[in-house]
Amino acid sequence: MVAPTARGSGPSLRGYRRDPEGTHAPLDSPGYRSTALRHPGEPLVLVPNRLTEITGPLLGPGRLGEHDDDLTRQHAGEPLGQRIVVHGRVLDGDGAPVRDSLVEVWQANAGGRYRHANDRWPSPLDPNFDGVGRTLTDARGRYEFTTIRPGAYPWRNHDNAWRPAHIHFSLFGTAFAQRLVTQMYFPGDPLLLQDPIVNSIPDEKARQRVVARYDHDRTVPEWALAYEFDVVLRGREATPFEEPHDEDGG
Amino acid sequence: MSTPSQTVGPYLAIGLPWEDGPFAVAAGTPGAVWLTGVVRDGEGAPVPDALVETWQADPDGRFDHPDDPRGAVPPPEGFRAFARCPTDSEGRYRVLTLLPGATPGQAPHVAVSVLGRGIVQRLATRIYFPENAEANEADPVLAVVPPERRHTLVARRADEETYEFDVRLQGEGETVFFDV
Repeated sequence: MVAPTARGSGPSLRGYRRDPEGTHAPLDSPGYRSTALRHPGEPLVLVPNRLTEITGPLLGPGRLGEHDDDLTRQHAGEPLGQRIVVHGRVLDGDGAPVRDSLVEVWQANAGGRYRHANDRWPSPLDPNFDGVGRTLTDARGRYEFTTIRPGAYPWRNHDNAWRPAHIHFSLFGTAFAQRLVTQMYFPGDPLLLQDPIVNSIPDEKARQRVVARYDHDRTVPEWALAYEFDVVLRGREATPFEEPHDEDGG
Repeated sequence: MSTPSQTVGPYLAIGLPWEDGPFAVAAGTPGAVWLTGVVRDGEGAPVPDALVETWQADPDGRFDHPDDPRGAVPPPEGFRAFARCPTDSEGRYRVLTLLPGATPGQAPHVAVSVLGRGIVQRLATRIYFPENAEANEADPVLAVVPPERRHTLVARRADEETYEFDVRLQGEGETVFFDV
């Protein structure tokens, strides 16, 4: 007999749990107009996680430069705007910390303008703000950035549409199956009510999970306000997936 | 409870591309091949503001990862196994890499994520290679794809060092996307 790991059928692997219905916006979310021509018309093909999906890039300190976690110190001068600390933990679906994992962020400046050639709305660029940051989670899954609170900005999705202030987050976890890109919003923002990108998330409790918590304990007196934003990636299945054995498997 | 996914939006280009992003191996590496193609929307128009990411086994079919039950192996010198490339004004991405080896029970393949404005959750697909017709025939993932759509997952060899793999988000010839 040849061991199943050596040839033929694959080893038994613990894949990642699927998220409950309502966690994510449907790929076709008519309120967010850009989805119209960019969502697959065919249903996604459901496949169990195999080796390629339970592994993923483990991107270490080599990706980080000086001041990548402090968006207020990347230029000679300080950016305009309300200085804030954004911190939290990256966890898996069982509450275990995701350690040493790359967290990437990008955002508009205090006036709601991105340093991007296509962003032409009449609010000035800030010569002291790029709006891009990176860091790694620590052994307890914690991350922290210092930045400024981004401004809201208009877009053309619907009549008089404004994006609520937000920070984009990109996370890898430890597996291809855990890849997540999301946006963090600020508590109490009245613009959340009219934003189709947030409101296309069907489940109300899930929608609350993209809104940060004001964290008075982590404010820095006479320096910075603070917000806490935990990110939860998918957890592992309780039982492994057994590949059906091939006829030639042993 | 997972954090909901949100679109990368129109300005991902300020935050996600890396200078060395498209290079899973350095230019000039023996055996390196380009994986390239155009991302198109439901009307066939190029998508100039998407990001394509690739993740794959090394040429021996191994991963430098602790969750591989065969054990993590260090990658070949200079090989990252992961690449990312924003699409250009013509919707084209380019990734330079080494061809993956077969993994247990699976034909050689590259896992792909497509992110972009109007894409609210990362779209996952796979690139297979035309030289491996027999292994592709036996691949358990291709096996669950309707036969008439399998060709959307097989790259076309354009020349000695280039494979073309277009991504059609919607409509005629729509690429197969997976719920992983």
